[in-house]
Amino acid sequence: MAVTGAVLVLFLIAHMLGNLKIFLGADSFNHYAEWLRTVGSPALPNRTVLTITEIVLVVCVVLHMWAAVSLARRAAKARPVKYAAKRKSQANGYATHTMRYGGVIIVLFVIWHLLDMTFGTVNPEGGDATPYARMIAGFQPDRWWVALFYLVAMVMVGFHLRHGLWSAFQTLGLTRRPRVRSTLQTTAVAVSAVLVIGFVSAPVCILIGVVK
Amino acid sequence: MNLTLKIWRQNGSSDKGRMVTYRVDDVSPDMSFLEMLDVLNERLILEGDDPVAFDHDCREGICGMCGMVINGVAHGEQKLTTTCQLHMRHFKDGDTITIEPWRAAAFPVVKDLVVDRSAFDRIIQAGGFVSVPTGSAPEAHSVPVPKADADAAFDAATCIGCGACVAACPNGSASLFTAAKITHLSLLPQGQPERESRARAMVEQMDAEGFGGCTNTGECTAVCPKGIPFDTIARMNADYLKAASK
Ligand code: HEM
Ligand code: SF4
Ligand code: FES
Repeated sequence: MAVTGAVLVLFLIAHMLGNLKIFLGADSFNHYAEWLRTVGSPALPNRTVLTITEIVLVVCVVLHMWAAVSLARRAAKARPVKYAAKRKSQANGYATHTMRYGGVIIVLFVIWHLLDMTFGTVNPEGGDATPYARMIAGFQPDRWWVALFYLVAMVMVGFHLRHGLWSAFQTLGLTRRPRVRSTLQTTAVAVSAVLVIGFVSAPVCILIGVVK
Repeated sequence: MNLTLKIWRQNGSSDKGRMVTYRVDDVSPDMSFLEMLDVLNERLILEGDDPVAFDHDCREGICGMCGMVINGVAHGEQKLTTTCQLHMRHFKDGDTITIEPWRAAAFPVVKDLVVDRSAFDRIIQAGGFVSVPTGSAPEAHSVPVPKADADAAFDAATCIGCGACVAACPNGSASLFTAAKITHLSLLPQGQPERESRARAMVEQMDAEGFGGCTNTGECTAVCPKGIPFDTIARMNADYLKAASK
């Protein structure tokens, strides 16, 4: 859980930073997308680095889901009889209690997102347009519900990471001393917030017409 | 005050069990929760009924016997309080109170509210000790212990093994209990020689008993009557990872 989650977080940071290139204009963004495909060439064939990244990501997502499913199944086996009274959370962690279904929502989002931005299947511009054109077309005001879906999904990712990050620190045994623990708690909140804001900025600015 | 109680009744481990509703009248706010149940049981005995079985021993919050889930919260909503130390002044006249046993596959119900917590004993047997030759007590100053470590070890050692952490955990994990027992030894000089083998043996026993896996929800430490800190689980994980990487 912790190790595969950490790889996914590193990917998200890179992805978010890449998305911000949309603010530097069409050329910058399209060149960046091109660079992702050609990085390493001519020493390596085109798409080598990209394909390796994609394979690592798929493996991590699958292992992460597998770990989540086994934890959920172990939990069901460990408590075969449920409580009659509604169990009241005493730890007031909203993020904590949305990990499982939040994760499922995130994966559904990722499927839509790939169909939209990578393959262009559900994108008005289709798969042959430049990445910049696809991104702009995707978040036009007449398709406000797409932007809204992205927004909601990013907030879910934020919650998922808010608990997930600090949970990973704890799983790896880093939070032994109260001082380190509170620093890492703050780190988890800060990284999640920065990621959400970074990701959300592009769709929002396109929606309100700041980026055309 | 007058109360309605919904209590889990189960006549032995093979019985299916069900919730039964009772009324208890004239409860004094000065009574403890267990004394309130005593009043109910006296009446049930006089009426020729089977009294509600529940575990208790010290009734002063130190033995860890008296666990029950009250209105969906292990030991009730009062923080840092065992069921025996919970007083009826925290309830209102006319309240309906749901009372259930700890729910965990590793804690089978013996009768009504009594569960078998032997799984905890087996976790301790797997490594919750230091193997030292006995003899006369050594000079206290011969092994200095930093004050911060002594305090943290003592905090962990206050775990009374009640099992509320398991009852409250949405995963049914016994991590807080096991981590408390590992931490209080692994912070002290006497615990060092067996530190990693202990963590490994106790974690493996915990898993073998059928407890769930920890996802760091923090429900355990929120209900723990002794306030065992969450940090202990990080310490257990660190010791375990070190042992497992060898
Ligand atoms: C594929 C759908 C996903 C599901 C079903 C899922 C589910 C889960 C679950 C159940 C946990 C453990 C819960 C806990 O600690 O309470 C978790 C932890 C975590 N998740 Fe996800 N998740 C998914 C996607 C993601 C994604 C896309 C990322 C990164 C962007 C991510 C990052 C993390 C991290 C860092 C952790 C912490 C690991 C730990 O507790 O040690 N997850 N996830
Ligand atoms: S850690 Fe707390 S809740 Fe768990 S057994 Fe020990 S005293 Fe009880
Ligand atoms: S009866 Fe001993 S702790 Fe409650």
